[in-house]
Amino acid sequence: MKVIKIDKKDWAGGLGKLSDAYRLFGPVKDKDVSDFKELAAGELPDFDFLNTNLSAKSAVFPQNEVMFEYSLDESQEDHHIMKEPEKDYSPRAVIGIRPCDAAAFLLVKRNFDTPEYKDPYWIRAYEASTFVGLACNDPGKTCFCTTAGCGPFHEDGLDVLIADAGDHFLAKAITEKGEALLQAAGWGAEADGGQIETMKKAAEAKISSTVSTDSLKDKVTTELYDASFWEDTAFACLNCGTCTYVCPTCWCFDIQDENYGKAGIRMRNWDSCMYPLFTIHGSGHNPRGTKTQRVRQRFMHKLKYYVDKYGAGIQCVGCGRCVRLCPVNIDIREVCEFMNSYDPAATTCKAA
Amino acid sequence: MQNPYWPYPVRIDNVITETEDKNLKTFKFIFLNPEDEEKFAYKAGQFAELSITGKGEIPIGIASSPTEKGFVMFTVNKVGLVSSFLHAMRPGDIMGIRGPLGNWYPWEKMEGKNVIIIGGGFAFTTLRSSIIYMLANRSKFKDIHVIYGARSPGMLLYRDELAEWEKRDDINMHITVDATDDPDWKYNVGFVPTITEQKAPPSDGETYAIICGPPIMIKFTQPVLDKLGYDNDHIIMSLENRMKCGIGICGRCNIGKEFVCKDGPVFTLGELNTTPKEY
Repeated sequence: MKVIKIDKKDWAGGLGKLSDAYRLFGPVKDKDVSDFKELAAGELPDFDFLNTNLSAKSAVFPQNEVMFEYSLDESQEDHHIMKEPEKDYSPRAVIGIRPCDAAAFLLVKRNFDTPEYKDPYWIRAYEASTFVGLACNDPGKTCFCTTAGCGPFHEDGLDVLIADAGDHFLAKAITEKGEALLQAAGWGAEADGGQIETMKKAAEAKISSTVSTDSLKDKVTTELYDASFWEDTAFACLNCGTCTYVCPTCWCFDIQDENYGKAGIRMRNWDSCMYPLFTIHGSGHNPRGTKTQRVRQRFMHKLKYYVDKYGAGIQCVGCGRCVRLCPVNIDIREVCEFMNSYDPAATTCKAA
Repeated sequence: MQNPYWPYPVRIDNVITETEDKNLKTFKFIFLNPEDEEKFAYKAGQFAELSITGKGEIPIGIASSPTEKGFVMFTVNKVGLVSSFLHAMRPGDIMGIRGPLGNWYPWEKMEGKNVIIIGGGFAFTTLRSSIIYMLANRSKFKDIHVIYGARSPGMLLYRDELAEWEKRDDINMHITVDATDDPDWKYNVGFVPTITEQKAPPSDGETYAIICGPPIMIKFTQPVLDKLGYDNDHIIMSLENRMKCGIGICGRCNIGKEFVCKDGPVFTLGELNTTPKEY
C-alpha cells in the first residue's frame, strides 16, 4: 500500500481533523512514565518514549469494565435481571502504539474471539479501533521482538505504520481502515516507500536481545512442568503481579458484582495468575497454592500451553516490559532458554 | 452478537434441604422466558454458572436430566459468599443461570456398553442427571451399576430416588455409608473403594466407569478399577476448579492447555495423565 509523507507541522492539524471522526488514544507522560490514555481535545500524543509502562491493551480491554447493570429494588419490574449498559463503540484511533503492542492484539484475539464463544466487549472495542503504529527507530536493550514473531517495524495488527524521519513522518497505510484514517486526517502527499525499508533494516540490526523458541512445541508438557529449574526461577519472585499487568498479551480477568444501595454493576477487572486467590477453591484447596506453581503457570502458559493450543508461536511479542519492570529481575528470555533447551534425560540422576 | 456472559433470568421454584448437616440444598429453577429453556438444551455432565445478582456467580453441575422438562435443578454445597447467600434465598426469588457450560459424559461412546457409576459425598449431582437420563433411555445401554457412598445415611443425596432405584431390576444399586448406628440400615457399610472391589463388575474391555468424588476416594478407587481391567480411556472423571467466565476466556481454571470449564469438566483418566495435576 502507499506511503504518505506527513510534515510535522501538519501533524497537530491532522490529528485535530481526526478527532472529529475518532476518539483518540495515545501515549501521554504522567510524571516520568508514559501510558495510553484517551486524549483530551487538542492534546497531542507524546512520542518521546521507548515504550509505555503499561501496554496499549487497555484501549480495547480496560483494567475495569462494566459488563452489566442491575437493580436490586423489588419494586422495579426487571429487578435482579442483568442488563447490558450503553457503551461507546464509536470509531477510535490508537495513535503511537508500538508494533509489538499491536501484534499482541492478534495473539489475544485468539482468546476472546473463538469459534464457540465471542467476547462481545473485547470484539466490539477491537473492531471499533484503528491502530496507528509508531515504528521503533531505536529499540531498547530489553526488546527481543525480532525473535518473538514481531519486530520494530512489524506491520501485522496495525492499520498504519508511522516512522519518524526527522522533520517529517512517513506513514504506510496497511489496511483500508488505515487508508481511511490517513484520508480523514488530510494527509495525502505520497512518498517513496524505500526509505521505510532502509529504516526498518537499521532498526532490526540494533536488536541484540533474542530468545530461542524452536524446540518448545516438541517438549513433553508434563516433563517441562516437572523440570527442576522452576524452584530456582521462582525463588526471588514476590508474586507482585507487575509482569502480568504490564504485559500486552496477558488477558486474565476476574468478575465481581459491586452494589451501591439498590443498584449495582457486574464488572470485570484484570486479574493475575501470580495471586493465590486466582485459583483457590471454595473448600480452601488451591491447585496453584505456592509461588513456584504460579510462576511456572505464567511461563508455561506463554511459552508452552499457548504454543500447543494454537500452533502459532509463543504468547509473547518481545516488548521486554516484564524484564524491565520486574522488581527482582526475573527474565523471560532466560526462562525461555531453559525451557527451549530442557532435556529431562540430562537432569536425571543416573543409577549407580 | 450473543453475549455469553448474560445469565438467563430464572425464578426459584422450590428448595429442598438434602442432608442432615443442612449444608446441601437442592434448588429447582424455572426460566422466566420459556424460550430460554430451549436455548439451555444440555446433556448430563454439563454445568452452569448460577448468578446471584449483586453477589456473583458459582459453577455448579446440573443435577436435573435433559429428559426432565419444565425446570432445571442444582444441588449446592454451602461454602462461600455466593453459595451461602443462595442457601438463604427462597422460592419466588429471581436470579440467573448461564449455560449450559463445558462438555458432558461421552454418551455417544457409551451407547451399547456397560456403565458403572461411582460417586462419593456430594459429587453425585451430575451422576443423578446421568442415571435419570440412562433410565429414560434404558435400551441404549447394557448393564448399569451404581456405587454411591456418603459418610452416613443422612448425608446421602436424593434418598427417595435412591430407594426407588433400589427396587428396580434394570439398575444395580450399591449404596454404602462409611459407618452407621442405624439398626434399620439395609444397604452396605464401607468406603467406596472397598465396595467397588466387592461389587463392581470387571470390565468386559468396553465397560465405562464414571467416577466423581473427593480426591481421597478417587485415589483409592483407581487401583481397584485397574485390577478389574478398566483401562485409562474407559475411566471418566469430572473435575472442579475455580472458575469465573465458564467459557475458557478468563484464564484461571486451566490444567495445562486445557480449560476445565470449556475443554472439560469431563476428562478420561488417559487425558488427565498427560496434563499437569492442577486441580
